Amino acid sequence: MKSTVFWGALATIFAAGLALTGVVQNEYYYNALYLILQGTLMAVAWNVLGGFTGYVNFGSAGFFALGAYTTVALNKALGLPLPLLILVAGVVGGLVGVGLGYLTLRLKGVYFAIATLAMSIVIETLVVNWSYVGGAKGSYMLTPDTHLWFDSYIQMLFVVMLLLTLAAVAISRMLNSSRLGRGLSAIRDDEVAAECAGVPTLRLKLVSTSVMGAMMGVAGAPFPYFVTFVDPLSAFNLFIAVNAIAMPMIGGTAHWIGPVIGALLLGTTQEIVKVTISSEMNVLIVGVMLVAFITLAPQGIVGLARKLRRGRPK
Amino acid sequence: MFSADLLANAVVAGVLLGGFYAAVAIGLAIVFGQLDIVNIAHPAFVIVGAFTAYILNSRFGFDPVLVGLLAAPVFFIAGVLLYRIYFIAFERTGQESLSGLAFFFGVMFIIEVSLIMAYGVDYRLVQADYIGRVWSIGFVDFPLRMLVPFSVSALLTAGIYLYLSRTFLGSAIQAVAQDRLALQLMGADPVRIKQWAFGLGIATAAIAGSLLIIIGPVEPSVGRQYIGRAFAIVVLGGMGSIPGMFIAALILGIVESMVSTFAGPSWSPAVAFGVLALTLALRPAGLFGRT
Repeated sequence: MKSTVFWGALATIFAAGLALTGVVQNEYYYNALYLILQGTLMAVAWNVLGGFTGYVNFGSAGFFALGAYTTVALNKALGLPLPLLILVAGVVGGLVGVGLGYLTLRLKGVYFAIATLAMSIVIETLVVNWSYVGGAKGSYMLTPDTHLWFDSYIQMLFVVMLLLTLAAVAISRMLNSSRLGRGLSAIRDDEVAAECAGVPTLRLKLVSTSVMGAMMGVAGAPFPYFVTFVDPLSAFNLFIAVNAIAMPMIGGTAHWIGPVIGALLLGTTQEIVKVTISSEMNVLIVGVMLVAFITLAPQGIVGLARKLRRGRPK
Repeated sequence: MFSADLLANAVVAGVLLGGFYAAVAIGLAIVFGQLDIVNIAHPAFVIVGAFTAYILNSRFGFDPVLVGLLAAPVFFIAGVLLYRIYFIAFERTGQESLSGLAFFFGVMFIIEVSLIMAYGVDYRLVQADYIGRVWSIGFVDFPLRMLVPFSVSALLTAGIYLYLSRTFLGSAIQAVAQDRLALQLMGADPVRIKQWAFGLGIATAAIAGSLLIIIGPVEPSVGRQYIGRAFAIVVLGGMGSIPGMFIAALILGIVESMVSTFAGPSWSPAVAFGVLALTLALRPAGLFGRT
């Protein structure tokens, strides 16, 4: 995709989102769109490490919850405004991401994946035992009265999330198609060979894990305002981690557009199923689609499309 | 606060708990430790075992341990089928690392959500006349709901150990773990042996599940806490060493029991992962590793 087309598309989508808030009043649609965008942001973030660099992260929910609880804690302590909260959540997520990056020095493959899961549970245990942010009981968030020029707070959150997601997509595309991205895929294909060829593997992995952590922290930051009640169960929900893996896997992990396609497809299906059938079914569908896609189409939708294009006679 | 009988009780409770953990981890010691298949869905199968015990116990009054033994062959077949899928989709194409992991993650999720859809998130329990009883020696208590799982688990561990070291198929499984290619050159089919071993690993989950529900009430998402425990035990025990696994399970049980007695039960989920992280960082080969 050419740069001009790409930036044009982003601007068009953002403008369309803004226009939507002027036309549609029904709050349900903003709820659904917010969740789809949150899924997209998490999927894009997961893919920076999982897809580009080849390190599987099972602890996405931990990073997400870090963002959410940064908001809870700072809102209670200092009453910071939302943009600042998002920024701090991104920094916190990024720093923990750096820590995770150093872990890759000792842990490869499976061990790394299990360690991320471990990290998520350790963070959860800390939060459960931290009474300031509500502990196991959870805590309520008051929705602020002001919401710029929008009709309701949820409309503003939707636009904020849209902006964050588009920014993440742009960053992910930049990483994917740059020199740095080629270094990352060299690590994914063969880390030892990459190191021998002079690729600064540690530095690149640190970039990758910290970008992922920051994006996930950012994704979690507005969450307390969205649900108005956060407890460890909702913030550390396994569903978030599964979605973050399933969406890129379904869309295709090697290309930056993969997680976006997967997230839009899976996210929309989920919202439709939630309304038409039930919310348990919506959870089950993710698992089934994840297993079906990785068994039958391991390269995801992007891989399928490539195969079709190559197979067509010229 | 600190007293001798509290400490003694914490240690005994830890040993009993750790013995039970061995039953959960032993399937993983075979599947992950020996075959290098990262079955993170293993604890989910344990929960299925627990629910099987619950259903047969509440409907027909069967003893949970008996249900575990009866269900084991069914679990074995399920394990064989699951391995077939895994082999065809991932192992044969050499994609077991990333896709295989995600596959088992998905399987775990499907099992958990299916159980929630069928039985809800209520805690389920079983009835057996020994569950409420306690034996006491001096000031140390041995609740039977812990002692029975401990004993069954110790027998299971001993059985699997003898099976792997004394029988022909057991040696074949260890041979696959050591050198797959050499086994192939000897004219044996590694895939069939792995299939058998995977089935065996899943079959132990049926027994572990019935023990889990004897210890306490179970709901579908309890399994997640056992992912960390089971992997911590297998890694600490040295990947596939059965005696090492049992000792590691006892260590984890004692540490967890100490932490929950002296720091509070809400801290105990982090113990397993703490142990796992320390082991991976300091001694990745585990206590009894084949370095």
